[in-house]
Amino acid sequence: MSEVVIKVENLKKHFPINEAVPFKKSTQSVKAVDGVSFEVYKGETLGIVGESGCGKSTMARLINQLIRPTEGVVEFKGKNLATLGSKEIRSIRKSIQMVFQNPYASLDPRKTIEYLIAEPLAIHHIGDAKSRKKRVIELLEVVGLSGYHAERYVHEFSGGQRQRINIARALALNPDIIICDEPVSALDVSVQAQVINLLKDLQRKFDLTYIFISHDLNVVRYICDRIAVMYLGKIVEIGTYEELYENPKHPYTKALLSAIPKENPFDKKERILLEGDVPSPVNPPPGCSFHKRCPHAMEHCKKDVPAFVDLGETQKVACHLYS
Amino acid sequence: MSDVILKVENLDVHFRSSASIVKAVNGVNITLKKKETLGIVGESGSGKSVTATALMRLLPKGIGSIPNGKITFNGKDILSLSDKEMRDVRGNEIAMIFQDPMTSLNPVFTVGDQIEEAVRTHQQMSKKEAKKKAIEMLKVVGIPEPEKRVKMYPHEFSGGMRQRVMIAIALSCNPKLLIADEPTTALDVTVQAQILELMKSLQEKNDTSIIMITHDLGVVWEMCDKVIVMYAGNTVESGTVETIYENPLHPYTWGLLESQITKNTLNGDKLPAIPGSPPDLRNPIPGCNFADRCPYAKEICSTTKPQPIEVELGHIVSCHFQTNSNRLERKERVYIE
Ligand SMILES: Nc1ncnc2c1ncn2[C@@H]1O[C@H](COP(=O)(O)OP(=O)(O)OP(=O)(O)O)[C@@H](O)[C@H]1O
Ligand SMILES: Nc1ncnc2c1ncn2[C@@H]1O[C@H](COP(=O)(O)OP(=O)(O)OP(=O)(O)O)[C@@H](O)[C@H]1O
Ligand code: SF4
Ligand SMILES: [Mg+2]
Ligand SMILES: [Mg+2]
Repeated sequence: MSEVVIKVENLKKHFPINEAVPFKKSTQSVKAVDGVSFEVYKGETLGIVGESGCGKSTMARLINQLIRPTEGVVEFKGKNLATLGSKEIRSIRKSIQMVFQNPYASLDPRKTIEYLIAEPLAIHHIGDAKSRKKRVIELLEVVGLSGYHAERYVHEFSGGQRQRINIARALALNPDIIICDEPVSALDVSVQAQVINLLKDLQRKFDLTYIFISHDLNVVRYICDRIAVMYLGKIVEIGTYEELYENPKHPYTKALLSAIPKENPFDKKERILLEGDVPSPVNPPPGCSFHKRCPHAMEHCKKDVPAFVDLGETQKVACHLYS
Repeated sequence: MSDVILKVENLDVHFRSSASIVKAVNGVNITLKKKETLGIVGESGSGKSVTATALMRLLPKGIGSIPNGKITFNGKDILSLSDKEMRDVRGNEIAMIFQDPMTSLNPVFTVGDQIEEAVRTHQQMSKKEAKKKAIEMLKVVGIPEPEKRVKMYPHEFSGGMRQRVMIAIALSCNPKLLIADEPTTALDVTVQAQILELMKSLQEKNDTSIIMITHDLGVVWEMCDKVIVMYAGNTVESGTVETIYENPLHPYTWGLLESQITKNTLNGDKLPAIPGSPPDLRNPIPGCNFADRCPYAKEICSTTKPQPIEVELGHIVSCHFQTNSNRLERKERVYIE
């Protein structure tokens, strides 16, 4: 097995709820990420899928050190980030970059493209004005835009081009790992294909590791080596893309896959329709958090939290049907 | 034919934008029968939402105009109705679900208030009856504990629930035509599956016709009988879903179908993608709108507009080389950047 770049252990993030009640301290919290463990290997793409609100973006922000965990450990190349000094944290931040979902909101409209791409270099005091400019042109070309775009402003670019600019910005500091949070969800099909091809090329060229968050299961299957399925703040199943798509084990993974729309007009799909909405992360159900919607729920699913069990080399599942 | 509910002929829509005119929609034709579902697909900015907005006569006043075209709905000439007559049609006979469920619900009123208001603007009903109807509609769209939920505000609902509220409002008056603009794009696949099932069952019950705007071809295969493919304001191809899937003819449709990732797309292969981006609709385009991105384009494509041709029954294509006497040979792997 290759080198572990990121290791996450029993990671939790509970956001306290600020109720506007005087003299009463808030005791409730949103359990956005609630005990997650996994590893990310060098050069791979790990996908994270799951319903809206299950904690995918929160996990990304925890790994990127944008927020601090309530509990648990994030390790980067074997170093526990919680024990490092601010100087070391800064240098590790360079190695972990992010690309966000909305290419329209994440770039400042008043700044030139050159400024935006050079900004991370300036923040980390890398090079002088001249060498930064050279680097910007180089980065623009790497993401398939011409160097002359450097002088222009964001509003002159389409959604796909803006996402390329975001990617150029993320590449500026030569990161080891890029966390892509729904990078293509706002783009339409043909632009989406362009951006995905770019991400794959860059991965090969610069030996990048990706964490790829998306709710499009076909995109994830196509781009990822391994996939983690999240439900209500927890990982319920993880495995290679073949294992998960050919042989899903967790009832939630099965429902999720069955909900992918048809492949063609003649496709007859058997749907597992889940009843109800995702339960509240403030009061997650006891036992298995999926039991209220699970077609296979048994008595002990309502009381006991299922352990994460190995089903072979790479596939793991948290479900009483397999323990 | 009496069961044609909507007929759109040669619809053009223009926008005034600073010094220029944006020709957002050019010559769109639609024929929709009772209980039929039509899908509109195409690249972002191709005119899908604008077409729907024009059908509802909700184009921004003084900016958007319909210089050409005819819209016949349920025997009525939509473009000649007075504003008041049009208001009656909207909501009563045609309902629309908009692209963004959050912006189309009012945050300061409860969900119940908003459904009641929609019901009461269009039907004679006491407040009490409207309240009962609101609860009933929430139940129909599968919202648990509707008696409690009517008293809640939009921000207390999840994205999927808000979209179901929009559907409840749209369906509360049993419209003959429902226009749904990307109704599930913002939602998870599991919620999407629930909502599509819901729309199908309500259509079955009330004989509703549906126009479904989406860029997810999976949703089209799932829901639609026919589909029109739009590119830069034009319909480039239209036909039944079976035809468009099995025998697509327009090079843009080929690119669109190929760049869609499905479960048959091999992990790791390079994805087909149409290089470049769509043309600026402020400038006049003398030829085919797709010419500068089309791998099959020849000289005539940038000088002359292709005309729509019915190449087989109900299958219409606009391409110089896809006619009754001429066929393009589809090449493999031409959509690689
Ligand atoms: N700063 C915060 N304060 C309080 N609650 C938060 C905060 N950030 C996120 N949450 C809550 O944590 C949960 C997980 O949110 P998160 O954004 O991680 O979900 P997600 O899986 O990324 O969803 P989506 O697919 O919609 O982006 C949600 O219930 C959300 O409302
Ligand atoms: N109010 C307006 N003023 C000027 N141009 C407009 C206006 N509204 C829409 N347009 C233009 O009309 C064209 C078609 O837009 P439309 O919203 O119909 O695209 P769409 O196919 O729905 O795209 P998407 O998939 O992104 O929703 C675009 O070029 C757009 O810029
Ligand atoms: S643990 Fe039980 S409730 Fe949870 S998914 Fe498995 S069978 Fe269903
Ligand atoms: Mg998110
Ligand atoms: Mg639109």
